[in-house]
Amino acid sequence: MVWKKGFIFNKISTLKIILSEQQMALTVKRLAHQILENNNALENAVIIGLQPRGIFLSDRIVAELKNILGTDAIHYGKLDITFYRDDVRKALHIANQTDIPFSIEGKTVILIDDVLYTGRTIRAALDALLDFGRPSKVSLCVLIDRRFSRQLPIQPDFLGKAIDTIVSDKVKVNWRENDEKDEVVLV
Amino acid sequence: MKLSTKHLLGIKDLLKEDIQLILSTAEQFKEVLQRPVKKVPSLRDITIVNLFYENSTRTRMSFELAERRLSADVLNFTASSSSAAKGETLLDTVNNILSMKVDMVVMRHSASGAPHFLAKHIPAAIVNAGDGINEHPTQALLDAFSMKEKMGRLEGLKVAIIGDIMHSRVALSNMYLLKKMGAEILVVGPPTLIPTYISEALGVRVTYNLQEALKWCDVANVLRIQLERQNQPLFSSLREYNLAYGIKRKMLEGLGKEIVIMHPGPINRGVELDSDVADGPYSIILNQVENGVAVRMAALYLLAEREQ
Repeated sequence: MVWKKGFIFNKISTLKIILSEQQMALTVKRLAHQILENNNALENAVIIGLQPRGIFLSDRIVAELKNILGTDAIHYGKLDITFYRDDVRKALHIANQTDIPFSIEGKTVILIDDVLYTGRTIRAALDALLDFGRPSKVSLCVLIDRRFSRQLPIQPDFLGKAIDTIVSDKVKVNWRENDEKDEVVLV
Repeated sequence: MKLSTKHLLGIKDLLKEDIQLILSTAEQFKEVLQRPVKKVPSLRDITIVNLFYENSTRTRMSFELAERRLSADVLNFTASSSSAAKGETLLDTVNNILSMKVDMVVMRHSASGAPHFLAKHIPAAIVNAGDGINEHPTQALLDAFSMKEKMGRLEGLKVAIIGDIMHSRVALSNMYLLKKMGAEILVVGPPTLIPTYISEALGVRVTYNLQEALKWCDVANVLRIQLERQNQPLFSSLREYNLAYGIKRKMLEGLGKEIVIMHPGPINRGVELDSDVADGPYSIILNQVENGVAVRMAALYLLAEREQ
């Protein structure tokens, strides 16, 4: 169907859907399978979601992994990187809960976040992780990669979708739990 | 969200939201303190001076540890071994320290209002670590944190504050804080150690009967008898005080209910608390000390200057 010009509000007409609800569900399934493919039944691997918005994705992926493996015995933690930010003195950031109730020493850590943009959050997360132990390997799983926007040499290992954006673009990942609907939009 | 104040001079100046923000941030720092590496880089470009014009063990060590765990640079100043003994004024001392590019001042002083005076005259953020008989805000915050951790809430909690109310900055800060957070407060002690008109001024209940207070309360915060601040006899002897207001194990066991015993330290064993209470199952005194570091990290983290 073709929208008539001026038929809807300007704001809505500038929304561009990057992933629809169905696509998101498929992508989450695929990411879970890819993680398993590369980490033999998660035998020596742990999952760590990044607070606050990476948790929505990591919750879904972990649910999918449990489903596929048929077990609840997955090491799943949550990490908040507020105290490790490189802009901690630019503005006050409020911390969220960190909960990593297992050792990451010698493990493969799979970090999960929703959007990879400048790479600075992941840099901080790597610093934070090392305070919990020395993992044998860290890999990164993201739903959206805003490629060509990186400020640090960081790349995802498991990727939902790569998109080309400019600085003034805003990518919003919506989750049913929090924002009514599963959807990734460009604002 | 950020604190409504630039300094932490007293609980009196804080909003309920400020207190909630400090307590919730402290929860995150408490988790940091359980990690193999108990240190975060948040304040690594900040220098903090601990200015102690009055003796302290717990508070000074707790602040210093909190500062180091935030990666701040720390300077320690103790009045007895400094030029203050040669007659330098407080303002001169602080201005000299600040000219060495210090960002924050943590201060304890025996004169009530000393940090408030400094706050008017210097640009650095000031944290009050106890001023005379006025306030000790971080102690009240860590007490609240410990109560909340143990009891799950502050709202509606029944707290008895027992002992030397007159000379206790811990009592005053605790009363301000608990009042703001919606707890019920009962102050207990001999009439000579409770200021007249306290119930009118602060909206707390007063009783001179310890047994009645223990029966009523969920939490008993027991204060130290501050002999160093009492320049006239306010009760006949420590032994008599212990008989009338000392907490004994038997009393607590006779209550037939859960009760939490707190004390800001240092304890006068056998005066306000018997040893088997201080070290017994009702006491959360050492948890208070542990929580003190996390709460002070939260206060310093939230007060550190930002560009915005």
